[in-house]
Amino acid sequence: MLETISSAAPRRRRGWTRKEWHYFWLGLIFASPWIIGFLIFTVYPFFSSLYFSLTEYDLFNPPKWVGMDNYAAIMKDRSFYKSISNTLFMAFISVPVTLFSSLLIALLLNFKVKGIRYYRTIFYLPAVIPGVASALLWTWMLNPDFGLVNIFLRWVHLPDPAWLLDPRFTKPSLILMGLWGSGAGALIFLAALQGVPQTYYEAAQVDGANWWHRFWRITVPALSPIILFQLIMGLIGAFQIFTESYILAGGKSSGGALGGPGQSLLFYAVNLYQEAFINLKMGYASALAWILFVIVMLITLLVLKTSKRWVYYGGE
Amino acid sequence: MSAGKLLRTKIFPHTMLILFAFFFLFPFVWLVFTSLKSSNEIFELPPRILPESFQWSNYKAAFQTVPFGHYMLNTLVICVVCIVGQLFASPLVAYSISRIPWVGSKIIFAIVLATMILPSQVQLIPQYIIFAKLGWINTILPLTIGAFFGAPFYIFLLRQFLLGIPKELSEAAKMDGASEFRIYSQIIMPTLKPALATVALFTFVGAYTDFMGPLIYLNDAAKWTLTLGLQGFQQDHGAQWEKLMAASTIMAIPMILLYFFGQKYYMQSGSAFTGFK
Repeated sequence: MLETISSAAPRRRRGWTRKEWHYFWLGLIFASPWIIGFLIFTVYPFFSSLYFSLTEYDLFNPPKWVGMDNYAAIMKDRSFYKSISNTLFMAFISVPVTLFSSLLIALLLNFKVKGIRYYRTIFYLPAVIPGVASALLWTWMLNPDFGLVNIFLRWVHLPDPAWLLDPRFTKPSLILMGLWGSGAGALIFLAALQGVPQTYYEAAQVDGANWWHRFWRITVPALSPIILFQLIMGLIGAFQIFTESYILAGGKSSGGALGGPGQSLLFYAVNLYQEAFINLKMGYASALAWILFVIVMLITLLVLKTSKRWVYYGGE
Repeated sequence: MSAGKLLRTKIFPHTMLILFAFFFLFPFVWLVFTSLKSSNEIFELPPRILPESFQWSNYKAAFQTVPFGHYMLNTLVICVVCIVGQLFASPLVAYSISRIPWVGSKIIFAIVLATMILPSQVQLIPQYIIFAKLGWINTILPLTIGAFFGAPFYIFLLRQFLLGIPKELSEAAKMDGASEFRIYSQIIMPTLKPALATVALFTFVGAYTDFMGPLIYLNDAAKWTLTLGLQGFQQDHGAQWEKLMAASTIMAIPMILLYFFGQKYYMQSGSAFTGFK
């Protein structure tokens, strides 16, 4: 996109009037904070991390050129594959589950009943709790012996897993925590729901469509752009899960290694952090960052591509 | 009202809402009540929900074992600097792409949106290296400098608002010979106040809750923020759940208060997203 500026400019510049120049400089000056920041904190780091990914660099000695060695090493790294599979689990299970829960809450909040304002306040409340605090709260809630969740499960005679201590249950724990915070997404859905013209529903009702039909034929298509937006943001978010894992896995107290029991909470961003800031393998971690970039771009493109089939943009 | 309609429009919604509200509220109840129990009580089986007597001393103990007041101050400094930065930069950029007719406006808007999906980890390491070379590690600079260049979400939010302000407002002033900067600062900025409040609020929340940034850039415990302090508390007093919950409550209270008093700004940001279609 940067090229479009430089290639388009000379062609059009010749014919610019004084007024156009005036606005060009004004626009540039007003936008300059972002342009400068973009160049220093996005463009430069973006390309220099590509360079670092081809070096061995520990911050103290100058970077040493190693070519594709880091990438080759990553391909043989078991932690890398573990982090990928953990992250994909969250992307393909946690993200849709949370999205569904958000939609469900939004539908509930769209009921015209008394006191709906209070419910709205309650459902959004968990989302305002700082991640560190809510992760600690859930560590306590999910305590195998004294946590509220297992006390309840035992009371109704259901199995009581060890949650954060059992590698099979650490990610479901994280999903549970995510569900608790799904009110944030619900609010975005709710705003969209309230924008759906009431006449659509009335017309459908006249035609005898039941609740289920109205939901699938009107609500879902009308919300589809928002579903797409939240899906993409959720998928990208899954690749950046960090704080929850760091806290739930006990941070540094777990003997220096992050990722929880059996590395079951070793997510992509956690692995990257560990390589960069604990092992000080900046080159290796930069290669991880570039692989992350490629994966995220591919997933986003894939979702956008399939979205043409299920996203409806109203003819407004 | 028929029984069927009553069931459909009143009983069913209320039952579902109450059920969900219970799931969302109970962890809070558990958080607060745990923070007020004695250390023996929390390991009692079967547990009692209400503490036998409220142990307010847990809060005192949390403040005494860890300098939370100090961490709070460190956090507030970062929050305030970030707010100043965002309120300076984001509206300027949003103004440029929404109210100045120039070639760059569309291009910049497209790039701003594109950077929203760029994973921050890609730039993380070179940014760290830059800050390390500048000698900024263990200072608040790496955590605040970015705010002075604007952030995609806020630029987007403000742009949506600016598009809603009638063009005639600035054109009349232009006729009177007012410069663009004057129009911006004296006509547009005041009408933008509610949106600026939203930006300030979210910047505050973002800086207050940030964990990874301080974790990477602040090693010296005297410079720690609340999030790091709380995590450090977990390291040292892992099994003292009553104190840990007291500390978590302390940390959550400002966010809850902000939410109660600024609810309309939270709702605004929810509807801003629907503008994406």
